[in-house]
Amino acid sequence: MTVALALEQLLNGLQLGVMLFLMAAGLTLIFGVMGLINLAHGSLYMVGAFACAATAAWTGSFWIGLVASLIAAAAAGAIVELVVIRRLYDRDHLDQVLATFALILMFSEGMRWLFGSFPLYLDIPPLLQGAVPLPGGTEYPVYRLAIIAAGALVAFGLYLLISGTRLGMRIRAGESDREMIGALGVDIRTLYTVVFALGAALAGFAGAMVGAIQSVQVGMGEPVLILAFVVIVIGGIGSIKGALLGALLVGVTDTMGRFLLPKLMALFVPPAQAGMIGGAAASMLIYIVMAVILAVKPRGLFPAAHA
Amino acid sequence: MLSRENLVNLVLAATLLAVPLAANALGQPFYVTLATRIAILALAATGLNLALGLGGLVSFGHAAFFGIGGYAAGILATHGFSGDPLIFGLPGTNQMWVIWIVAVVVAGLVGLAIGAISLRTSGVYFIMITLAFAQMVYYFAVSWPAYGGEDGLSILVRNQFPGVMTMRPLSFFLICYVILLIGIGLFALIRASRFGSALQAARQNEVRVATVGIEPYRIRLTGFVISAMMTGLAGALFADLNRFVSPSMLSWHMSGELIVLIILGGTGRLFGPLAGAALYVAFEYALGGLTERWQFFLGLILLVVVLFARGGLLGLLAGKARHG
Amino acid sequence: MKKMLAAATLALSMSTSGLAFAEPLKIGMITTLSGGGAGLGIDTRDGFMLAIKNSGNKDITVVTEDDAQKPELAVQIADKMIQSDQVDILTGIVWSNLLMAVAPSAVAQGKFYVSTNAAPAALAGANCNKLYFNAAYQNDNLHEAMGEYANRAYKKMFILAPNYPAGKDSLTGFKRYYKGELAAEVYTQVGQTDYAAEIAQMRASGADGIFVFLPGGMGIAFMKQFAQSGVNIPVMGPGFSFSQDVLPAIGDAALGAKASGQWAPDFDNEASKKFLADFQKEYNRLPSIYAVQAYDAAQLILSAAAKASVKDADAFGAELKKADIQSPRGNFKFNINQHPIQDIYLTEVIKKDGVLTNKTVEKIFTDHGDAYAKDCKI
Repeated sequence: MTVALALEQLLNGLQLGVMLFLMAAGLTLIFGVMGLINLAHGSLYMVGAFACAATAAWTGSFWIGLVASLIAAAAAGAIVELVVIRRLYDRDHLDQVLATFALILMFSEGMRWLFGSFPLYLDIPPLLQGAVPLPGGTEYPVYRLAIIAAGALVAFGLYLLISGTRLGMRIRAGESDREMIGALGVDIRTLYTVVFALGAALAGFAGAMVGAIQSVQVGMGEPVLILAFVVIVIGGIGSIKGALLGALLVGVTDTMGRFLLPKLMALFVPPAQAGMIGGAAASMLIYIVMAVILAVKPRGLFPAAHA
Repeated sequence: MLSRENLVNLVLAATLLAVPLAANALGQPFYVTLATRIAILALAATGLNLALGLGGLVSFGHAAFFGIGGYAAGILATHGFSGDPLIFGLPGTNQMWVIWIVAVVVAGLVGLAIGAISLRTSGVYFIMITLAFAQMVYYFAVSWPAYGGEDGLSILVRNQFPGVMTMRPLSFFLICYVILLIGIGLFALIRASRFGSALQAARQNEVRVATVGIEPYRIRLTGFVISAMMTGLAGALFADLNRFVSPSMLSWHMSGELIVLIILGGTGRLFGPLAGAALYVAFEYALGGLTERWQFFLGLILLVVVLFARGGLLGLLAGKARHG
Repeated sequence: MKKMLAAATLALSMSTSGLAFAEPLKIGMITTLSGGGAGLGIDTRDGFMLAIKNSGNKDITVVTEDDAQKPELAVQIADKMIQSDQVDILTGIVWSNLLMAVAPSAVAQGKFYVSTNAAPAALAGANCNKLYFNAAYQNDNLHEAMGEYANRAYKKMFILAPNYPAGKDSLTGFKRYYKGELAAEVYTQVGQTDYAAEIAQMRASGADGIFVFLPGGMGIAFMKQFAQSGVNIPVMGPGFSFSQDVLPAIGDAALGAKASGQWAPDFDNEASKKFLADFQKEYNRLPSIYAVQAYDAAQLILSAAAKASVKDADAFGAELKKADIQSPRGNFKFNINQHPIQDIYLTEVIKKDGVLTNKTVEKIFTDHGDAYAKDCKI
């Protein structure tokens, strides 16, 4: 194992983490402000990817597609919030789980209705094609670096939004005391819709970015959703900072586990079996990490004020 | 004097028995199979209802126990068929009652491990962590090569029960039906017991329970383990119904479906899971026959039930639940 | 289901001529028509129905139902088709895990099962059954062909597959024929969508060739990411990695990829040309390999039904085994374990008139059977 390979794997872990952060930030924001658990967040990710692919195919531009994905996911989020979600704020988590589970079924089948059963085509824009050299003589895809950069920008933007704007002030107020903010004369219904649409747009953005290097297909949001849950549970539900650190931890752990565990097993058993057993162990690794963290800190690494 | 709820319950139980008997007499064995499916899913959901309905523990990972029960049946039957010893030189078996005991014990032990960690958390954390543990078991089953991995495990001949021809759909249905009634009876006993009161009290007011000297953690853990055992038993029956077990029994969709059954029927209700299972299987069957887009409409119906028909089917038929 | 039944009847009543069978025949098709894997099931159904329609036969009914890629649902549908609809033959399942849930118990109940795709090793060897036929291949075949091809051009291969039985069969099949050195043998998670960690290992491995078996969305993701990685090692795989259902989604990243297959749209025989023209006319798209396999499965059933009654299992099975059909694949006959003996070709992804498709390069195997047939005692 060379230093160059280790560096490349570390970047891969970072990139996966950044992508998970985009998903987890929306989830945790929605939970922090409204106390809502949203299983359909992965569906919004899917909406973003489909909107980007369809628009890019129509206009020929990935960038227009990316804008479309933000608009489509935010709009889908706003509509869902207005029609369904706002009836769920004062319900218990059980009803929320169930209603958003029902939404997943509807979104998945609905997308198939609109776009058919075959995966859609979405390619990386020409500007971000290819790979650049890294120190150590290896190369790294420009697009993955772009994802890392985009994620960092979003994280910074969220920080500015929450710490420096009126909307951010209301979000912080909503996180610490939900009744109080209503009493202050803030239009809480509009605030909730805006926050939900913002979270949805983040998910849609992630879907579009990732859709260009993955398969744009029905059900693509579900594996990511579960990883994002692991992220926010580790980080502390409701905490954006926790989501960022949790996402990076999960991204790096998962990537390094997939890379190193089979090699570790190969010290003990023949290569073919080492691959299988190592692979099996790697797929469970992040859940084990999560269990250990929760056993020590039941409310995650950075517990939010309430939850 | 029967209360309205008890009357509805009685009708439900009688219908579940009458339909397969009639279908069998009319030479329509498929409806017997469908009724068996309802009975098994109802048993699994009754197990979950102990944790969720009584204890307020929203476990989003009960598919783990359901699947573990299924794998207990599949693995024991495979070894019973091949004659290879299982562990410590112990043989497999095709005797249902042995399989049931193993399924219940293993599901209980795994439930103890998962519960011991998960119950340190609460609320949304609990939902997420149970989901994550189930995913862990799921990925393990998919990638562990010995018992079929993703392909699952076939049970070529349904396991045996002394004195019963289990391959006959009606006989197997009757076994499942009796076990379901026992499961529901057990639920009723627990609900009325001191332990059940403590479990429900821990849901409603944790502090008050703690002040009277009961430790909510232990009460909940006990409830969670019993719940896991019952769902595990249902899993073993489900494997025998399909003569097949696969990781999809462990998937998070399965966990979601079990919750759906309870809500459809009415949370915390004695016969809620049965009402929910009957409704769900009927929806699936009827919608699947009408349109390829049935999952969309299933979602829509669920949504409407959650938003507007709180209390589920039993809430509609028998009025509000007695307990909160 | 009723709607589909009606459609099938309509399609049949539109045709004018038709041979009468010894006895009416009822076929139950269980395939994946919803969810992420629906594309494969739709091609299966369409290929199958094309052959039925072309035959113009009125004595045949096809009942189609969606399994949503769930084994439990597939079992439930199979029970219903056998117990309620009383079908004679089951067919259509795409996935090995669903097939393992349905086929053994279907044949145990005396029904024929003709597989249009899934072909696990478990049903090809000692557990073969005289009521179970496979019209597609044996799961290992296309991987074996790539192993044989790799011998000709490569010395150090990096091989990769998902960590599930079909993935293990794949790499086992590849290694059965490949004699060179292995740079690494990697198993990835089922449904994995990011392959950066594996691509980094490929770059560092010093391999001169890469073999991947990643069906469906996994393959799409891998190929797109590989194209961006700057790694310049040739990629090859079994036919389904570059089949018509995934090519449009991979895009130009697939150009030049070598694969093995028993059919490609450029096959120069009458049956293939007719199939291609009919399929495009009927459905307005290029057929995938799944459509061809299902088309042949239907042809096989039709050929047997014309000569024997399905109620006479021995006679019907014997007629099926004769494989008296004109397959678009060319040579086609059954092995003793009732899996195909057929030619396997090397194909390459090209762009023709702006559409990505597979071009035949050379023949790898002639009359290729499988490694399990010797254990089958029928």
